[in-house]
Amino acid sequence: MTKKINLWVIVTGVAVGVAALILTAFGNPANMGFCIACFLRDIAGATKLHSAAVVQYIRPEIIGLVLGSTIMAVCTKQFKAKAGSSPATRFILGAFVMIGALVFLGCPLRMVIRMGGGDVNAFVGLAGFAIGILIGIFFLKKGFTLKRSYTVANSEGIALPGLMIGLLVLMIAVPTIFVFSESGPGSKHAPLVLSLVIALLIGALAQISRLCMVGGMRDAVMFRDFNLISGFVAIFVTILVGNVILGNFKGFSTYLQPIAHASQLWNLLGMVLVGWGSVLLGGCPLRQLILAGEGNGDSAVTVLGMIIGAAFAHNFGLAGAAAKLEEDGTYNAGGIATAGKIAVAIGFAVLLIISVVNTVKAKKKEKEAEKA
Amino acid sequence: MIDARGLSCPIPVVMVQKEVKKNSPDELQVKVDSMVCVENISRYAHLQKYEVSYEEQDGEYIITLKK
Repeated sequence: MTKKINLWVIVTGVAVGVAALILTAFGNPANMGFCIACFLRDIAGATKLHSAAVVQYIRPEIIGLVLGSTIMAVCTKQFKAKAGSSPATRFILGAFVMIGALVFLGCPLRMVIRMGGGDVNAFVGLAGFAIGILIGIFFLKKGFTLKRSYTVANSEGIALPGLMIGLLVLMIAVPTIFVFSESGPGSKHAPLVLSLVIALLIGALAQISRLCMVGGMRDAVMFRDFNLISGFVAIFVTILVGNVILGNFKGFSTYLQPIAHASQLWNLLGMVLVGWGSVLLGGCPLRQLILAGEGNGDSAVTVLGMIIGAAFAHNFGLAGAAAKLEEDGTYNAGGIATAGKIAVAIGFAVLLIISVVNTVKAKKKEKEAEKA
Repeated sequence: MIDARGLSCPIPVVMVQKEVKKNSPDELQVKVDSMVCVENISRYAHLQKYEVSYEEQDGEYIITLKK
């Protein structure tokens, strides 16, 4: 438990990498074997929260991750219903983390998967992610906190796992109530059972290992603790090696990468928003799903915020447009519409307000305690 | 004793780090309510050359750091 590097983190990282490769081989979009932001966005679309026809599907991967975490947490007696740590703030943070991710076109997990696929745009995203984490660390060191959570009724803890079971049952029993993409990324998916089983395993492993994309860099910088970052590296290496073995790797390039754009400023800024917001939340989107599975109501609210953020991103044209070859053969590098740029700017303003307000409050409380 | 119950990752470790940097205590106790916090604080404490032990009471943990 207290070893410098927990082997489970590396095992989980390798498993996530292998899972992404398998799911892509069986139908998931390229460089998108596992993407929490994309898959929550697809769920938002399938449930008609947005109407972008190309990104609508009930992704069993999300259901599996949450339920895998729940099952493992129950088995290891770590399932604890907790909530009350600034839930509305977390909802808003979740929404802006999602908007930042969809500007970049991927959550931190997909960023690593894209890097392993040779997408250099994702390395720009990594730079932004690191900058965002450093900003978040600055406020953590100044005393930022969203205050404590409390033990609550189990009904609060099982809210998101219950919602996931409901989605799965409805998807199997009455799939016609949902909207499924007929073309585009939403139409590309591995078989339901395969996606579900793999995600259950990854959810269980992530619950044991605490794998977190943002936690890796944060802990390395703040505490010289390289435990979580080893999982980050393991995913990258597994994806890179896997793509080379499978013949998918075509070298490192920014040109026409799968579901990615080459508008580098917005790749960078989108991921600054994700990194900063995720540090304030205490974990990346994957980690929020796992925590929600363990009974954390605050993380469940964060996930709901991310779903609403995804709906806003597509209803208001905030998400990035992928690079493509036009019909006449000209290259369109893709990018962000003005609305998306404004949304990112608003996101930074909101994160700054949340960071400052919750740091000042914490400082004040600390001083009062010292006086007493 | 530092009371870090209910605080999300990595705030409990930040609290321990602040105390260690400020006062370099030979012994420090921290109260948390999740195994994740026990793991995170233990890893940090080991890096700072502390010996770590913990005991569980009704779903809460008291971690003891000793030089």
